[in-house]
Amino acid sequence: MKILVCISKSPDTTSKIAFTDGNAKFDENGVQYIVNPYDEWYALVRGLELKEANGGSVSIITVGRAADDAVIRKALAIGADEAIRIDADPTDAYFVAMQISEYAKSNGFDLVLTGKETINYNGSQVAGMIAEGMDLPFISLASKLDINGTTATLETEIVGGVQVVEAELPIVVSCAKGMAEQRIPNMRGIMAARTKPLNVIPAAEVDTLTSFESYSLPDAKSECKMIDPENMDELVELLHNEAKVI
Amino acid sequence: MSTLVYINSNNGLAKSALEAVTYGKKLGDDVTVVTCGSADASKLSQLGEYGASKVMVDRSVTANDAQQISNLVKTAADSVGATTIVFSHDLIAKAVAPRLSVRLKAGLVSGAIAVPEGNTVKVNVFSGKAFGNVKISGDKKIISLLPNSIQPEAGGSDCGVEEFNGNAGQPKIKVLETKKPEGEIPLPEAELVVSAGRGLKGPENWGMIEDLAASLGAATACSRPVADIGWRPHHEHVGQTGVAIRPNLYIAAGISGAIQHLAGVNGSKVIVVINTDAEAPFFKAADYGVIGDAFEVIPRLNEAVKKLKASN
Repeated sequence: MKILVCISKSPDTTSKIAFTDGNAKFDENGVQYIVNPYDEWYALVRGLELKEANGGSVSIITVGRAADDAVIRKALAIGADEAIRIDADPTDAYFVAMQISEYAKSNGFDLVLTGKETINYNGSQVAGMIAEGMDLPFISLASKLDINGTTATLETEIVGGVQVVEAELPIVVSCAKGMAEQRIPNMRGIMAARTKPLNVIPAAEVDTLTSFESYSLPDAKSECKMIDPENMDELVELLHNEAKVI
Repeated sequence: MSTLVYINSNNGLAKSALEAVTYGKKLGDDVTVVTCGSADASKLSQLGEYGASKVMVDRSVTANDAQQISNLVKTAADSVGATTIVFSHDLIAKAVAPRLSVRLKAGLVSGAIAVPEGNTVKVNVFSGKAFGNVKISGDKKIISLLPNSIQPEAGGSDCGVEEFNGNAGQPKIKVLETKKPEGEIPLPEAELVVSAGRGLKGPENWGMIEDLAASLGAATACSRPVADIGWRPHHEHVGQTGVAIRPNLYIAAGISGAIQHLAGVNGSKVIVVINTDAEAPFFKAADYGVIGDAFEVIPRLNEAVKKLKASN
C-alpha cells in the first residue's frame, strides 16, 4: 500500500503571535517551526501504523522552500520512507492542494492523509481540495481508520456524534483526534532521516485564489472581575444586567 | 449577481442555518437556498423570513457524502447563476466547500466571522489568537461562516420551495452506523455552555453541571483530560484538538485553562471561571472569576439562576 502524508509547517504552539510590515505579515522573528501537530500526530503516525500492519511505503509531501527542509527531516525522523518538497511558496490552500494533487495523481497512491487543519491558518481546506483535484472520495475529520484489503473503514465526526463509514481505496482522509498517538523520534530515526531521500520537484503552473491582506490581534481582555463565592446572586445579576448573556 | 446558501436541514432549521441565510442576505444580492434530505416544505419556506427568495431541495441525497452534496450545490449554483456560495462552517462545509472551490475555481474563505468588506473577509487565525483579513481575487467566492458570529434576522415573508434534481450521482461512501445522542443542544451552536474539568474529581459528580446547564438552557462541555479518561463523551471536548466554540457565555468549573483549552473557547463573548486555585491561568482570560470550590459554588449558582428565571 502506498501512502502519501501531506505535512505543513506551523509555528511552535507556544510561539508569540505578532505581525510586521504594518500588520501585513506574520512576524517570524524568534519563531520555531514544527511539523503541524495534526499532520504529525494523527496523519503521519496513523500512516506509519498502517504501513507496519499491511506493508507498503509512507511518503511525505510539502509545498515550501529549502528553509523548510529541517521540518521535513523531523517528519522523516518519525519514520516516513521518503519526502517530496514541491519548490514554491505555499501561497494559499488552492495553490498547495493543486500542487499536491498533480503530483499524487501521477504516482498511484492508495491513501492520501492530512491533519484536520493547520494550527496557524485553521482553514481545513487542503485535503478536500486535493480530493476534488484527484476526483476521489474524501472523508473529513476521521478519528479512526482501518484498512482491510482495498476497503477502508472510518469513524468520522458528525455534529454531536460519530458516523462509521466505508469506502473503497483510493481515498483522501483528513485526520482528527483519536487517529493515533504522538510518537517521539528516537536517535536511530533522527540519524536515518539525514540520509533518506528528499526529492525537490518544480512547481506546476497554478493560480492563487485568496491572499491574506492584513492581520490584527484581539483587544486586550479587561481585568477579570472577582465575585465572592458565597454570593452567586451577584454573579447572576452581573451576567443578566451587565453582560446581558442570560 | 446572485448568492446561493447551502444549509443542512435534516434536523429541522438549526440556528446556524438561519445565520447563514441572514449572512447571504447581507451580501446584498438575491438569495437562493439549496438543501437536501427530509425537512418538510412548510418548514423550509420559513427561510424566506431570513432573506431567501427561493429554496431548492433535492430529496434523493440523504447521506453526508461530500461528493454528492458538492454535485448538487454545483447544479444549483449553475441554475441560478450564483457568484457567491455561503455555508455554515460545520463538518459538512469542511468537506464540501473545498471540493467546490476547486470545481468552480472560486476563492474559499473558511470560518468567516464578519460580513465581507468588498472582497475581503475577516477570519480567525492562529487558533483564535489573531484575526486575518482574506482577500478573494476572482469573481467567484465561497464563504463558510463560523457559527455564532452573527445573529439571525427575520423580517421577510415565507418563500417558495422547489423540488429539484441536483444530479448528485451515487454515494461513494457507505454509512454503516450513526452514533448520536438525541435531544442535546449541538455544542458548536449553543449560546450558553457549562463546562467542567478534572477539578470535579469523577464522572459521578457531573449531575450538578447538568442541573446548572438545564436551568440555563445551556449545553455541557468538558476539558480534554476528562474526555480522554472517559468521564464524558468525546464530542463534549472543547479545545484545540476538540471542538472550537464561541458561545455568548462559557462557564468553566475546575478547568485550569491551559493554552490548548483556551484555543477552543477564546471566541466566547463572556467567560466565567470557577476554580479553587487563585493562580489558575484561566482567570487571565476570564471576565468573571470565582475562587472557590465548584462543589459549593455550582449548586449555589444554580439556585441563583433559578431565582432569576422565576422572577422573569
